[in-house]
Amino acid sequence: MEEIYAKFVSQKISKTRWRPVPAGSLQTADTFATGSWDNEENRVSLWSIGDFGNLDSDGGFEGDHQLLCDIKHHGDVMDLQFFDQERIVAASSTGSVTLFLHHPNNQTLSVGQQWTAAHYHTSPGSLSCRSAPCTGVVCSNPEIVTVGEDGRINLFRADHKEAVRTIDNADSSTLHAVTFLRTPEILTVNSIGQLKIWDFRQQGNEPSQILSLTGDRVPLHCVDRHPNQQHVVATGGQDGMLSIWDVRQGTMPVSLLKAHEAEMWEVHFHPSNPDHLFTCSEDGSLWHWDASTDAPEKSSLFHEGRSSIFLFHSISNQANVHQSVISSWLSTDPAKDRIEITSLLPNRTLSVNSLDVLGPCLVCGTDAEAIYVTRQLFS
Amino acid sequence: MEELDGEPTVTLIPGVNSSKKQMCFDWGPGEMLVCETSFNKKEKSETVPGCPVIYIIRKDVDVYSQILRKLFNESHGIFVGLQRIEEELTGKSRKAQLVRVSKNYRSVIRACMEEMHQVAIAAKDPACSRQFSSQVSILSAMELIWNLCEILFIEVAPAGPLLLHLLDWVRLHVCEVDNLLADVLGSENPRKHESFWKLPGTTQTLTELELKWQHWHEECERHLQDGTFASSPHLESLCKIMLGDEAALLEQKELLNNWYHFLVTRLLYSHPTVKPIDLHFYAQSSLDLFLGGESSPEPLDNILMAAFEFDIHQVIKECSIALSNWWFVAHLTDLLDHCKLLQSHNLYFGSNMREFLLLEYASGLFAHHSLWQLGVDYFDYCPELGRVSLELHIERIPLSTEQKALKVLRICEQRQMTEQVRSICKILAMKAVRNNRLGSALSWSIRAKDAAFATLVSDRFLRDYCERGCFSDLDLIDNLGPAMMLSDRLTFLGKYREFHRLYGEKRFVDAASLLLSLMTSQIAPRSFWMTLLTDALPLLEQKQVIFSAEQTYELMRCLEDLTSGRPVHGEPDAQRLQDDDIETTKVEMLRLALARNLARAIIKEGSLEGS
Repeated sequence: MEEIYAKFVSQKISKTRWRPVPAGSLQTADTFATGSWDNEENRVSLWSIGDFGNLDSDGGFEGDHQLLCDIKHHGDVMDLQFFDQERIVAASSTGSVTLFLHHPNNQTLSVGQQWTAAHYHTSPGSLSCRSAPCTGVVCSNPEIVTVGEDGRINLFRADHKEAVRTIDNADSSTLHAVTFLRTPEILTVNSIGQLKIWDFRQQGNEPSQILSLTGDRVPLHCVDRHPNQQHVVATGGQDGMLSIWDVRQGTMPVSLLKAHEAEMWEVHFHPSNPDHLFTCSEDGSLWHWDASTDAPEKSSLFHEGRSSIFLFHSISNQANVHQSVISSWLSTDPAKDRIEITSLLPNRTLSVNSLDVLGPCLVCGTDAEAIYVTRQLFS
Repeated sequence: MEELDGEPTVTLIPGVNSSKKQMCFDWGPGEMLVCETSFNKKEKSETVPGCPVIYIIRKDVDVYSQILRKLFNESHGIFVGLQRIEEELTGKSRKAQLVRVSKNYRSVIRACMEEMHQVAIAAKDPACSRQFSSQVSILSAMELIWNLCEILFIEVAPAGPLLLHLLDWVRLHVCEVDNLLADVLGSENPRKHESFWKLPGTTQTLTELELKWQHWHEECERHLQDGTFASSPHLESLCKIMLGDEAALLEQKELLNNWYHFLVTRLLYSHPTVKPIDLHFYAQSSLDLFLGGESSPEPLDNILMAAFEFDIHQVIKECSIALSNWWFVAHLTDLLDHCKLLQSHNLYFGSNMREFLLLEYASGLFAHHSLWQLGVDYFDYCPELGRVSLELHIERIPLSTEQKALKVLRICEQRQMTEQVRSICKILAMKAVRNNRLGSALSWSIRAKDAAFATLVSDRFLRDYCERGCFSDLDLIDNLGPAMMLSDRLTFLGKYREFHRLYGEKRFVDAASLLLSLMTSQIAPRSFWMTLLTDALPLLEQKQVIFSAEQTYELMRCLEDLTSGRPVHGEPDAQRLQDDDIETTKVEMLRLALARNLARAIIKEGSLEGS
């Protein structure tokens, strides 16, 4: 059983993100950033999970996470992403996007760059602008893409004062989250249950593809792309439903899995073990979905000794799929118990707003003002 | 009602000259708004107030303390856990579980104390440091009281183990002492006595213990009488103390920080098998002896005394007065209520004490910009007034982002508060419409199942279409899905868009029948019929016959319905005449087209196939 450490931090946590480890390095995650919300003064903070030099008597690591530094943030932190090792981008409920710099030598954070009116509402017939919350941000050095409640998509570049590209009225409803499909394509989810794919190479303001849920148009709150297979995307909805999509095929999700009892706030594929998926929700739970094939009782699903192939059938007609490149997630038969689901938090708590995974480490933040960290995710 | 025992404290409002100007105020849920008025006390009023600022005055500053926030959050978890396991608590394990909950609460208080102590030491500003230190002593007092209540009311220790618990209690709160005599009074004895008494749950009965103790006591007395310790006044004094001699004990007053330490030490040596009901005699006399008439009891002393007297209500009442925040009394009372110790002693406004305190505490949480989420769970466990209180509070939470609104809505939906859901969704939908986010507006009306609002949004779309000649937000209208059924107008919008699509795909027959059904099924608003009929024109003028004779008759009937229904206007208005002109031209064109189509249709249907 994993050991999970909790710490109460006197602020409701809206986002937690691991700092990326340098490529090719053997280091595991040791620093994470958090953003708070609903405070009169919100903060973006950096935490460290301790030296690996301090082993306690059982040979385990010190559990507690320590605050390294923090900085005031104007408005709720709606989304947070590491731009690179030293820079963090934060999306605010005031409609601004800020790039923070971390100075490791004196352990401080400072504001590097800010785009203040990235998201705003204009009412017809009036010249005044009201600010609109920026709901999602995604980075791929040197580009930053943001989306907001105003239905606008912005493309920024670090060190450029103005947006490089703006798609006004990209959506008539709120855009909740954005992710890169392949640079230069992005994928957004909105509050009428649609996925839209946008190609920045094209000039127009229309999405290149629209996919939507069958049945009720339940708002979608989060999206994540499979790390290796760029056509497999997972989304989480307001009714707690997890949907897996194949963006090459059709316009409907491939599988729908009933998951949480309330809004699913974040969904993440594990970056190095993509057969593992993590979701967290307003209902106060964090689930680990394990679709890997290690367990012996799954041997009946092996096909001719090649363990990476699964038989599957899907909702839409998929006559041309190559059998060799099938993700375990595209199978739509969860009734065969192929996916093992574990709840990671010990007690039911208030909403788990955010989670992040890197290597064997997981961090999540809740509305009960607690941060949970575990370093033994797969033990 | 008791009289006020002191002068109320005066708070000066900075920037306002209260001797010259008058102030006005208004009460809020947890705080007060104050500002200066233009009225002058003596001279005539000035037009501009000197101080242009509105002040918010809060009594409960604790909720804003960073460290105390952890107390509120952690204890919330314990509280909710306790309510949830309530049904499973039965029989013997019940008491053990309740004691465990009590210990959890106490460990949370201690953790806060530790942290605040660290901050007090590290603080650079002496005023800050003092403030933190005083906070630490308040927390320490709270833990002291809670611990005693745990021993007396929850653990309900019988005679024998009672003293052991009291020894632990005192030991936890006494500072370090360092000489031999102090050791006797302090830490060593409990260990010696623990082994003497052995731990509770053994086969020794109380009488056996009493006998053993009597024997030991007599031996001590004999030693004293025999003068065994005559050579050393220290040891003699020590022996006297061990015999429970009060005078000897009082000589060591500086080592005993307080009267309850004195009490427990005294009991240890003179009445170790004291029964719980007899405690208060010894407590009262210890207090009197210790204070010696020099000082009067402090609030903390009164609270502890009330606890020794097993007067729970008095304990709670005194704590409520002494502490500035409802946290302590609310949680303690709730726990004692689970121990079934509070009679349902109804207060005159209808709820019992536990509920009253929880409501006060939760209302205080709702006044905080962030801790309101904790308050929700507290209201849930107040059976009489919890729900209505929650309904009133939850509608007043400011919704700055959609995400916060979603959380509030989820809370309301989980408790079937449909009125609140509807009202919140309506506010958000109106905001969205004002910001021209029609998709969001529709999404909110779907969530609230608000057909009226969906109709409003659809009308907006249709109006936009009439003005611009094309639809905005096609991505929304084309993908309405089952949401289309929410309101007739919305269905109409969806179907009308479908008509345009069919027309675009050149599927004229389907388009035509759809158009007709829109009118005959009464789904289209009357005001839109002219537009629909005008849309039918190109279909009527097509080379091939699209509308059958039957359909043409239907169309004609619709047209007649429309024109006959139009009222005749009295005043000749230039614009109106012009409009009427356009209208009449349109109608004439339609009549012509319909007639021609009818003719062709009749011929086509009347002819034999192939000829």
